[in-house]
This record gives sequence, structure tokens and C-alpha cells, in this order.
Amino acid sequence: MTNQFTPETTDAELVRRAKAGDLDAFEALTSRHEQRVFGLAMRMLRQEHDAEDVTQQTFLSVLENLEGFRGEASFSTWVLRIASHAALKIIRKRKGLNTVSLDEATEPSDDLNSIPHPEFIADWRQSPELLVERNEVRRLLDDALTRLDEKHRLVFLLRDVEGLSIQETAAALDLSEANVKVRLLRARLQLREDLTRVLGDPAQQLIRTHHHHE
Amino acid sequence: MKCEELLAMLNEYVDGTVDPAVCEEFEKHMAGCNPCQVVVDNIRQTITLYKDGQPYAMPIQFRERMHDTLRKKWKEKHPGQ
Repeated sequence: MTNQFTPETTDAELVRRAKAGDLDAFEALTSRHEQRVFGLAMRMLRQEHDAEDVTQQTFLSVLENLEGFRGEASFSTWVLRIASHAALKIIRKRKGLNTVSLDEATEPSDDLNSIPHPEFIADWRQSPELLVERNEVRRLLDDALTRLDEKHRLVFLLRDVEGLSIQETAAALDLSEANVKVRLLRARLQLREDLTRVLGDPAQQLIRTHHHHE
Repeated sequence: MKCEELLAMLNEYVDGTVDPAVCEEFEKHMAGCNPCQVVVDNIRQTITLYKDGQPYAMPIQFRERMHDTLRKKWKEKHPGQ
């Protein structure tokens, strides 16, 4: 029975038991992390079927590779790492079928100097606390996410939605911390721009008159 | 501090990891620059909206199927249990 484990049982303890061959411990680990993996996959892929594939592949991979998991990262970071790579693989496959060229050179530069300036600047008409209650807002959020390059999207989801640190996000995606920071900034700015165009109050729009204001 | 410099520091400021001297500069700039103040507010609201957004619930039938598959695989890997 999986209920032999309490919420106080740490992931590390469950990992130890699962490695020793305890199926209940493995199932408890799966139950703890499956919703998070599924949520990440849904936000990356927006298709339930693909998100299910990613979730199942992730836990099959956990099962296969648990012995090799040394616990340098937390278990949850390790699981999100596996899920991220599985989701990217599906996105690349989709792109391979739909587009002609996708080499690195066509991707936007991750240079800090090329960060786009905010354009539409206005206070929002409602607070986020009220907005999350509205059903059409989820669609708006997901549409804005979809318009992000998938690498920026993943960094944003791992850092700002899943709450990984910069360091953990870098480890999960095999990126440098500097790269994670630049991608996160791009993602946050682009999402802000997109959402403000819909949620901002046009009557309150501010025009930036002095770009080099001291 | 210029608007561009503020933009480059935005993550650190919003995440509360900027060093205190820079933080003071940052806030001094915002006090005199309404657009930057609003951008910082918007960024915070954007993050909150995603963080607190409605989660996606995993379908129950899928969960059962997946756990069946995992148990089967587990038993193949650990025969004799």
C-alpha cells in the first residue's frame, strides 16, 4: 500500500527504498510528481495526448534509470529534466514535419544587448488575483506561452511556474546560468508585452519619451 | 541608472537577488520614471498570473493506465517479487 508513506517521508527516502526494489515507494514517487510533469507537458505542448505521452515516458525513464540517479540534484529537478527533454523532442518532431529549416542560426540571439524594449506600457485593468478566476485568461496565458520560442518557454516554466532556482534550471536544461538568466528575461518581457496588450488599460498607456533617461 | 540598465537588472530585482546598493539605484530610477515602474509591476503580475493559474488536472483513466504500465515494467525489471 502506498499509504505506508506519510507526506513527511522525503523523496530521498522513497528513492532509497525504490532502488532497493520497493514498488510501493516507486509508485509513491510517481504519484507525488506526476501532476507537475503533466502540467509542464500541457503548457509546453497544449495537447492532452502528447502530454500523456511525455508523462508516461518520463516515469518509464525514471524506472529504467533510477539506479543511476546519484541524488546530486533533487529528485524533482531530475524528473523535470527528463520531462523537459521529452517535451522538446516532441516539439522538434512536430517542427520537422511542418517546417523546412530550423538551424541554430535562425534562432534569436541570447545576447543581453539585444533584449527588446518594452513597447506597450500600461497598468492592468484588473489584479492577477481576480484575473486567475476568469476562464478565458488561461487561454490567453497559454496563447502567449505558445508564441515564445520553446527554449524560452521551458526556462520560464521551470523557473517561474515550477519554482526551480536559476542553478537548477540550468542543470535541468544543460545550459549555463548566464544563458538561463538571459532567456528568462526575454521570456518575462515578451509575456509581459503580450499580456499587457490585452489586459492593459489603453487609457493608461504610457509613452516612453526618453529612452536614455538618467 | 538608465532605463536600459534597469532592464538588464530586472530579473535580479524582481527575484530579490540584487545587491542592496544596486537596489537603491533601481528604486531611485523608478521613482522618477513611471514607465519603468509600470513595467516592473507588469512583470510581477505576469509571473503571479502564471504561477497561480489554474493547473491542468491529469485525466484519471490515463493515470490508471500509466500506473498499470509502470507496475508491469517494474515486475519485468524485478522478477521474483
